[in-house]
Amino acid sequence: MMSQPAPRTTLLSPTGWTAVAIALLVVTLVVPVLNLAIPDGSVFHLSDYAVALTGKIMCYAICALAMDLIWGYTGILSLGHGLFFALGGYAMGMYLMRQIGRDGNYQSDLPDFMVFLDWKALPWHWAWSDSFAFQMLMVVLVPGLLALVFGFFAFRSRIKGVYFSIITQALTFAAMLLFFRNETGFGGNNGFTDFKRLVGTPIAVPSTRMVLFVLTGLVLIGFFLMARAIVTSKFGRVLQAIRDAESRVMFTGYDPLAYKLAIWTLSAVMCGVAGALYVPQVGIINPGEMSPAASIEIAIWAAVGGRATLIGPIVGAFFVNGAKSWFTQVVPEFWLYFLGALFIAVTLFLPNGLVGLVGQLRRKGKKEAAP
Amino acid sequence: MTPELQEAGAAALARWREKQAVDGSSGGRSASFGRLVQGHEPDFAHGVALYLDDITVSFDGFKALNALSLAVNVGELRCIIGPNGAGKTTMMDVITGKTRPDLGTASFGANIDLLRLRENDIAQIGIGRKFQKPTVYEQLSVFENLELALAADRRVRASLFSRLTGTQLDRIGEVMTLIHLAPEAQRTAGLLSHGQKQWLEIGMLLMQDPKLLLLDEPVAGMTDEETERTAELFLSLEGQHSLVVVEHDMKFVDQLTEGWKKVTVLHEGRVLAEGTLAEVQANEQVVEVYLGR
Repeated sequence: MMSQPAPRTTLLSPTGWTAVAIALLVVTLVVPVLNLAIPDGSVFHLSDYAVALTGKIMCYAICALAMDLIWGYTGILSLGHGLFFALGGYAMGMYLMRQIGRDGNYQSDLPDFMVFLDWKALPWHWAWSDSFAFQMLMVVLVPGLLALVFGFFAFRSRIKGVYFSIITQALTFAAMLLFFRNETGFGGNNGFTDFKRLVGTPIAVPSTRMVLFVLTGLVLIGFFLMARAIVTSKFGRVLQAIRDAESRVMFTGYDPLAYKLAIWTLSAVMCGVAGALYVPQVGIINPGEMSPAASIEIAIWAAVGGRATLIGPIVGAFFVNGAKSWFTQVVPEFWLYFLGALFIAVTLFLPNGLVGLVGQLRRKGKKEAAP
Repeated sequence: MTPELQEAGAAALARWREKQAVDGSSGGRSASFGRLVQGHEPDFAHGVALYLDDITVSFDGFKALNALSLAVNVGELRCIIGPNGAGKTTMMDVITGKTRPDLGTASFGANIDLLRLRENDIAQIGIGRKFQKPTVYEQLSVFENLELALAADRRVRASLFSRLTGTQLDRIGEVMTLIHLAPEAQRTAGLLSHGQKQWLEIGMLLMQDPKLLLLDEPVAGMTDEETERTAELFLSLEGQHSLVVVEHDMKFVDQLTEGWKKVTVLHEGRVLAEGTLAEVQANEQVVEVYLGR
C-alpha cells in the first residue's frame, strides 16, 4: 500500500513562533521599559496615552479574533458580539464600583448611582459583587451561559446566514435597551465610571496600568495560540467543513449543533474576557458598548484584516482603530468617510483582507521571479 | 363585532381545517427534533437492508411520494429510474432523515426505524448519501475531505484531540487510489474538475464505510471514460455494500445491471414497474410516461 504524506499539523511555522516571541517581548519588556524607565523628555519615551490606546486596541483585537473563529472559520456571522464584550465589562465594572467604597461623591457604602436613585440596599444581583473571584467567574459565565442558551435554540432551529445575524443584532439591541433602564441596576445610561481601585491598588497609577497592559497582551497572545491550536485540529477542520457544506457534514454523521455551539460559546467567552480587561483600562462602561454599531465594527475589523487567517483580524483591529484615533484627532470630520471607503475598498479589491493582500503580492513576486 | 362577521370567520376557519385535513403537510415537523438512539446495530438476518412501506410525503397538497413501497436486499445494487419529478430525490430525503413523511414506515435492517432518527444518526448507523450536485468541502484539501469522512468518533472532544493512526492513513491512501485522486492529495477540493468532485464525494462515502450507499445521479457531468470507471467501481462494491443508484443515463444503468439485475421505475411518487432493464423498457406504461402520449 502506498502511504500518503500526512498534512503538516504543526501549531505554527518557525516564522510564526518568531513573531509570537517578538510580540511577547514587546508586550512584556519593550513597552513597559519605554513607558516607565525612559524619562518623559526623551524621544524614546512612550506616552501613557499611547500605552492606554494600545491596551484598548488589544482588547478589541481579542474580539476580532473571537469573531474570526465564528465567522471566518465556521461561517456564522454574529452581529451581536459587542453584547458579550459588554457583559464581561459590566461584570468587571460591578466589582470596580464596589471597590470605590466610601470614596464616592455621596460617601456611601452603596455605589453613587444607587444613592442617587434613593436605593437603601444592594439589589440581589450585586450580592457577591465585593468578591473579585466571584465577579471574575461572572466575566466568563454570564457571556458563556447566554451564548450557550441562545445558541442552543438558534442552532437547533437551524437558523442560518443573514437570519442568524439579524437575530444576534436584535439580541444586543434588546440588551442595550434593558441596560439603559435605571431599574435594571446597572447605572442606566451613565453605566459605571469613576473607578478608584482594583484589588486594593489605585487604578490610575502607571504601574497598575502597565500590569493591565501586560496582562491584556499575554491574554491576546494566549488566545491566539489557543485559536491556532483549534483551527489546526480536526475540530477546526469540521468547523470549516460546516462553513463550506453543512449538509455534507450532517450526512457524514457529525452533529453540527454540538460543533457550532462549542465554538460559539468559546467565542462569546473570549469577548467577555476582552471586555473585563477593557473596562479598568478605559475607566468606563455604559450601554453604548451594546449598540448594534459597536458589534458591526467587530465584523469590520475581521473583514478588513482578512477572515479565516487569525492574524488578519488582529491586524485589522489595530489598523482600523489606529486610523480611527489618528483621524479623530487630526481630521475628525473625515473619519466616517474613510471608514466607508475602506469597507468598500476591502469588499471590492481585497476579499481576503490586508493579510490576503500580502499573500497576493508575495505570489505575484514569486511568479515574476520564477521565469 | 357583528354576528355576520363572526359567522363568516367561523366558516373560513372550518374551510381551513377541512383543507388541512385533506392536504396534510410535511413542512410542519422539523427533522431536528428526532430522538437520538446510539449503539444500535442494524439487524440484517432477514436479508433486507432497506424497507420502505406506504411512504407518503406531500408538500402543500402535492404528493411527492404517494404510498411508495420498496425493499432493497443486503448486498444488492438497485438502480432507480424515472422521469423528472417522480420523487427520486424526495425518497432519498426520507431515508436520510431530511424529510419526515406523513405516512408510512422506513426501516434499516429489521430493527431500526429510520423515521425516529436525525440525519447525523442515520449517517452513523451506516447509510451514506451522495448528493445530486457534488458536495465537498471546497476550501479543504482532498486529503482533509477524506479525513473528515473517516469512520471515527464524531463527538467534539474526540475531534479536538484526534490524531491519525497508521491504519487510518493507509485507508485514506487506499481510497484515494480507488477514486484516482492520489496525485491530487494536497490540492484544494474547490479546484478539482466536476467529475473529480463527484469521485471525491463517492470516496468520502467509502471512508464512512456505510452498509447502504444512496447515490443520486453519480455520473452527471462525467466524461464517458469517467462514467465507465465509476461503473466498475460500483460493481466492485456490490456484495459488500448495498447500493441504491438513481440515474438518468441509461447506458450507465445498463452497465450496472449487467442485463439481469432489478430496476425500479418511479413515477408520480409510486413504483410504476420493476424488472430487468429490458423488461421495463418494453413495459407499455413506462414507455408512456417517458415519451408521453
